Amino acid sequence: MAEKPKVAFYWCASCGGCEESVVDLAEDILTVVSLVDIAFWPVAIDMKRKDVEAMADRSLTVSFINGSVRTSEQREMVELLRRKSAFVIAYGACSQYGGIPSLANLHSKEEIFDWVYHASPTVVNPAGTVPLERFDDGHGHTLKLPTFYETVRALDQVIDVDFYLPGCPPTPKLLKEAVLALLSGKLPPKGTVLAPDVALCDECPRRATKPEKLAIARFYRPHEIVPDPEKCFLAQGLPCMGIGTRKGCEALCIHGNMPCTGCFGPTSRTRDHGAKILSALASEVDATDEKKIEEILAGIPDPVGTFYRYGIASSMLRRKIVEGNGGVSA
Amino acid sequence: MKEGETPRIGVYVCHCGLNIAGVLSVKSLAEYAGRLPNVVVSRDYKYMCSDPGQELIRQDIREHGLNRVVVAACSPFLHEETFRRVCASAGVNPYFYQMVNIREHAAWVHSHEKEKATRKAEDLIRAGVARAAKLEPVVRQRVPIHPAVLVVGGGIAGIQAALTLADAGKKVYLVEREPTIGGHMAQFDKTFPTLDCAACILTPKMTAVGNHPNITLWTYSDVVKVDGSVGHFTVTVRRRPRYVHEDLCIGCLLCIESCIYPDARVASEFDLGLGKRKPVYIPFPQAVPMKVVFDPETCIAVKTGKCTRPCVDVCGVEGAIDFEQKEEFPQIEVGTIILATGFKTFDPHRLPFYGYGRYPAVYTSLEVERLLNASGPTGGEVVLRNGKKPEAVGIVHCIGSRDENTNRYCSRVCCMYAMKIAHLIRERTGAEVYNFYIDIRAPGKGFEEFYDRVQEEGVHFIRGKVGDVTPETPDGKGRVVVSADDTLLGRARKIPLDMLVLAVGLEAQADANEVRRLFNITCSEEGFFVERHPKLAPVNTFTDGVFLAGCCQSPKDIPDSVAQAGAAAAEALALIDRGEMELSPNFAYVSAEECSGCKTCVPLCPYSAITLEPEHGKAVINQALCKGCGVCVAACPSGSIGQHLFEDAQIFDEIEALIQGVAANGEGAR
Repeated sequence: MAEKPKVAFYWCASCGGCEESVVDLAEDILTVVSLVDIAFWPVAIDMKRKDVEAMADRSLTVSFINGSVRTSEQREMVELLRRKSAFVIAYGACSQYGGIPSLANLHSKEEIFDWVYHASPTVVNPAGTVPLERFDDGHGHTLKLPTFYETVRALDQVIDVDFYLPGCPPTPKLLKEAVLALLSGKLPPKGTVLAPDVALCDECPRRATKPEKLAIARFYRPHEIVPDPEKCFLAQGLPCMGIGTRKGCEALCIHGNMPCTGCFGPTSRTRDHGAKILSALASEVDATDEKKIEEILAGIPDPVGTFYRYGIASSMLRRKIVEGNGGVSA
Repeated sequence: MKEGETPRIGVYVCHCGLNIAGVLSVKSLAEYAGRLPNVVVSRDYKYMCSDPGQELIRQDIREHGLNRVVVAACSPFLHEETFRRVCASAGVNPYFYQMVNIREHAAWVHSHEKEKATRKAEDLIRAGVARAAKLEPVVRQRVPIHPAVLVVGGGIAGIQAALTLADAGKKVYLVEREPTIGGHMAQFDKTFPTLDCAACILTPKMTAVGNHPNITLWTYSDVVKVDGSVGHFTVTVRRRPRYVHEDLCIGCLLCIESCIYPDARVASEFDLGLGKRKPVYIPFPQAVPMKVVFDPETCIAVKTGKCTRPCVDVCGVEGAIDFEQKEEFPQIEVGTIILATGFKTFDPHRLPFYGYGRYPAVYTSLEVERLLNASGPTGGEVVLRNGKKPEAVGIVHCIGSRDENTNRYCSRVCCMYAMKIAHLIRERTGAEVYNFYIDIRAPGKGFEEFYDRVQEEGVHFIRGKVGDVTPETPDGKGRVVVSADDTLLGRARKIPLDMLVLAVGLEAQADANEVRRLFNITCSEEGFFVERHPKLAPVNTFTDGVFLAGCCQSPKDIPDSVAQAGAAAAEALALIDRGEMELSPNFAYVSAEECSGCKTCVPLCPYSAITLEPEHGKAVINQALCKGCGVCVAACPSGSIGQHLFEDAQIFDEIEALIQGVAANGEGAR
């Protein structure tokens, strides 16, 4: 039997949804399996790090890596996979832009640990136990945990990335197209995002209902109104990121009567996703005096979470400055 | 020069005499620049803008094959064009030039910190060099200019502009809303300060417009739609039916005489209601065109059809009167537009304590102009509403001007016309005339002399605001008593007057805002159209090819209106004679494949330059309308609008180069 191309799937800081999306290929997964060998897939196949270490460099045709990089273990694994792979694809929003986990960059490591192990109302931790990177039990056993970095990073802030598959998670259609493109050898230039480079409005079924002048007098949060299922979300005062977010998802959320939250990221022409949409929406606010503007903008209580939901790590903001720590941290 | 070629940059540090070299170390700056990426040659020179300085650049372009030029000198406002021309003359695209302002931004503002100023100049040069490497060639677009001109408004400004252009052989369309041209000037009897008869100097011009082979005159008409941009506007005009075919009516006026109504009983708009007209009328005897109008509100033939129509019987021209006439919407093509839409006078009902509308003794100045006019309702006799001649007349200045409650601005003409009215009333009636004024503003040619003359004639001037106007009799129909503090004498005055004239100010037309939208220009808060530059481009607007004349821009007198009309005509002629216009190079553009049709940009454009193409709903920017302000570029949420000379890559590289140095110097970093 001729050697089939080898493929790896790996997850870093992620929710597992990207792994699900591979399974969402449904019967197409059989096509994929018939064409490639899945050489490493911790979520589904029992293989260890040493198995990967044993592989020859560049012996994997492609590694699909989802999740952002938060710990030293993740860093080591992605560096290892980079060595072993001909191509690395950042799979999904977390890997591509930092994703939702990178919203943690709005806090310091200490704040996060304090909340998770002490302050959160659901925590019961009378002994004040916190995880340590190294623990000696006094009986000659030493336990080690990976380092928890100060900053969550996108994959390409850690290793060299060849292509990007956007989405939270990427759609099975895009995954299938990516695999077939890799196998056919018809590859776009390195660094390409494997999705159309046009904003979502272009394929949005509600585009015709978007007025030229929105004149937004109030912003709503999704739970505050029952959205009209036919009408442009922005025309209803619901912040929709579709105006500045890549299409290719086939307007999945819109079909579910939810506004776009921006998981496909910006087009190639945009340097900062959140800033660009913020700049566009700010100009649609129907007020000229400062007080009224403030009132309307109060309808977006979490601007960073709204405009940078998937992209803090790769934005120009990157993270909140950590006081007293030189401003920049590991 | 081809795209994608490796940048070969020349950097020139100008001494600007001692302006720059007195503060900055220009030699070390040139050496510093020489070490920057892509810099092939760097020099310093005493005056880069001088002929030898320019030649230095040309020589280096030839010898070193430079394809980018950076001059670190003064502001782009001063010499950007100079050095672009130098590049062009040496065969380099003029937009491969980058100016770095080390004079204003470093030498002048930091003259006491020479060392730090030099460091800052290094930062600025480094940023400029980084930007220069990303510059792209730009070819300026040209649009041809259609030689016809639209003039909107047939007052003295519009008349003057139209005649100037028509006499120069250009086709002019003059559109006027009223049934006749002439505007406010036609309502006056005399003009200040020379006391020229307004009709004597105006009506020959009106007739000239009516007879001019190059002028198409459309009165009783308004502009309803303007498409296109400089060089090729398509304008739709609404021609309201006057129920008379203008080409057939010979102006004999027999129809007016024969009207079924024997007496004139409709308040005449032209006489501000002081005189009467019939349902078929001409506004005044010298109207141009001399064509009657049937008023659809009062002519029963038009309104109900139930009239024996003696007018039709008496009319000598078959079919001239046509009660079936409908609105028409002709379309015209013009290359330039002159707006001369004039003003309206302040409505003194807004200041009720002067009693206008309540006491018959109170008049507006414009009403008095009609009373003084030889062809007015009283044949030039100053007769009050009660039929008497006034013996004491007051004129209150600044009604609706210089007043925080109405208009803050000075209307400029009221002092002078008030004195003219004072002179004329005194001349015709011998009445005592009192002027109540805040300050007399008489700054024009012959104005102060006229002020002296009127004082010598015995007209009284009371410096003080009118505090109260009360009727002398309880029915309010007789005299009014005016109370005012005479601030020069320091005592209160109470003066009974037969006639009180309110010298009303000039305001923007009520529909100025709609008109400015139609022509895509801007209005001030008061509604006056905004000129491109108050000193250097006073008749231009921010929309190329649209010019202003007369009071639509700001209150002004007849000589100023005429002068401005001439200037506007000259601007239009300059464009027409050039035959084409070069568009600004830094226009924004949409990439059709990349645009998602989200429409965000469309309403943001202050120049209405963006439309959606109907087929795919993608945004399109009209280059001729784009002023390169960059609003759409910043707002486009998918980054699909670019702007020449301000591409993202250029700006980001410039910023990054700037930050590098700041971080390296340890200044400003957190």
